[in-house]
Amino acid sequence: MKVTTYPAGDYGDFAFSDETRAKAEAVIARYPQGREASATIALLDLAQRENGGWLSRQAIDYVAAFLGLAPIRVYEVASFYSMFYLEPVGKHLIQVCRTTPCWLRGSDALTDACKKKLGVGLREVTEDGTYSVVEVECLGACANAPMVQINDDYYEDLTPERLEAIIDDLRDGNAVPVGSQSGRMTSAPEGGPETLREVPARELGSGLAVKPAAEES
Amino acid sequence: MLQDKDRIFTNLYGEHPWGLEGAEARGVWDGTKAMVDLGRDRIIELVKESQLRGRGGAGFPAGLKWSFMPKQSTGRPAYLVVNADESEPGSCKDREILRNDPHRLLEGCLVAGFAMGASACYIYIRGEYYLEATRVEAAIEQAYAAGRIGKNACGTGYDFDIFLHRGAGAYICGEETALLESLEGKKGQPRLKPPFPAACGLYGCPTTINNVETIAVVPEILRRGVDWWLSLGRPNNTGTKIFSVSGHVNKPCNVEEEMGIPLKELIEKHAGGVTGGWDNLLAVIPGGSSVPCLPADTCGSILMDFDSLRDAKSGLGTAAVIVMNKQTDIVDAICRLSHFYMHESCGQCTPCREGTGWMYRVMTRLVKGEARIEEIDNLLDVTYQVEGHTICALGDAAAWPIQGLMRHFRGVVEQRILERQKHGQAAE
Repeated sequence: MKVTTYPAGDYGDFAFSDETRAKAEAVIARYPQGREASATIALLDLAQRENGGWLSRQAIDYVAAFLGLAPIRVYEVASFYSMFYLEPVGKHLIQVCRTTPCWLRGSDALTDACKKKLGVGLREVTEDGTYSVVEVECLGACANAPMVQINDDYYEDLTPERLEAIIDDLRDGNAVPVGSQSGRMTSAPEGGPETLREVPARELGSGLAVKPAAEES
Repeated sequence: MLQDKDRIFTNLYGEHPWGLEGAEARGVWDGTKAMVDLGRDRIIELVKESQLRGRGGAGFPAGLKWSFMPKQSTGRPAYLVVNADESEPGSCKDREILRNDPHRLLEGCLVAGFAMGASACYIYIRGEYYLEATRVEAAIEQAYAAGRIGKNACGTGYDFDIFLHRGAGAYICGEETALLESLEGKKGQPRLKPPFPAACGLYGCPTTINNVETIAVVPEILRRGVDWWLSLGRPNNTGTKIFSVSGHVNKPCNVEEEMGIPLKELIEKHAGGVTGGWDNLLAVIPGGSSVPCLPADTCGSILMDFDSLRDAKSGLGTAAVIVMNKQTDIVDAICRLSHFYMHESCGQCTPCREGTGWMYRVMTRLVKGEARIEEIDNLLDVTYQVEGHTICALGDAAAWPIQGLMRHFRGVVEQRILERQKHGQAAE
């Protein structure tokens, strides 16, 4: 269970840019008329992106008004889902996966490395506002454990040293490859796949092996 | 071992282009119109004959599930919802389909959607899968542009829309009715059943929710034939399956294998063996965090399918194999899972909301041995009080790992308590 607090202070008015507004309207169009509420999560996500990675009360209220919903309906969504942050976060938000498959392969060392290198505790923002670190539950990349997500991107097969180097590179604006950091091809075994080496070419247009009616027997 | 010619997911690792052209070269969208031309009843009949069981964890027969949808239009729309909220610890297979072979999924959506009389499909993808969502979205655009979906999809005269919906971080949204709530823009809290989604699902309309892999294999079953699918695996556990192997193995990976492959073969042939050798194996969680673990002595002979693992008091779940070697603190490993369930409980049912936190707190003390021996039974008692007393299966999923731990490793837990007591007395 998560306890929700909203930071005090005036974070100013919030409104979508024209570009974001267009995106929001495109999302709403995916749902039947009268079901605009379905776009709540997507619009909160757009608002969070536009608001520096977190949702102020003003941003949540704006989304509610945009969708014509009672604000409480949007607050309860914003506070339910773990990807919505209700307090300011760093420009780069490091989310270290802590669940068992990552833990077995050393996720604790990743968390420690982040804390030590950045001089912050979990959920704290570095003084320059560049980084914050959180621990999250399973991110669904278990065959590439341990891993972290930084903003939208997955960095997999990590060592503490490699993660520290990524932190430096991102801060300096250097390009960092996403995905596996050990040079692996996605989730194929280390050293390259041993299956799928002899896939026969497909003969296209040869029809189906199943018969139309139940006459095959 | 499954031969390459029988593998469905030939771009599992993303070696080849994911887009429409690449997919077509792999045989996707080949003969799709003919599949639709088979007619609704015939497709469902064939899927039933194939004994395809849902790949999302519960293993419910897919054809039977589809047959629950209304045969005649009720005047309301009907929906297919694809569960791409892959969040089960250990499981990372759907991700590969979503990012490397999205058209295979879209083709499956069209065929399955048609068979169940759906007018549209929503693909609910977990919010963290940003790259994957981008890929699926691009693939949807390609499919529309090429006339594969949308009006008169594949020239069949059938209109079918596919939309992507991103979640925002909540394991519970993998539960089908919580997923529907989330899709409607609410908190992801499971609904009471009945009514079942096939009668009253998304927006109150008939709905079927299926896992990504389940939907993605259907066109291939129709293309290659039910007999081909039945020739793989064993009765009631047929076909191929993507296994995710993680934890203490030399080469963690995803791999598509025949249903029922021996666990040992899976680990040794595909995942490079247990770290430190097979004799260094302590335990395996064979189907994602929600199923009870198996001790090493069972692992040598067990087959990886629904029925074998059920008989061993575990489960195939999502076929996510978490391997732990003898250097693992198994109590801490399960404690981590208890933390996971506490964090992911939606808070709706009291036994789960209170129980998951309670179980986690006791587990943290057991990790350190700071408990009394009686508390083990006390903890087990609580797991039985949570299990079966909640709206959804998250309560069960939180209970089973602890039950598995005590079934097979009670000695370890007791030993730790006794040692702690001894040290405590020595200190006094």
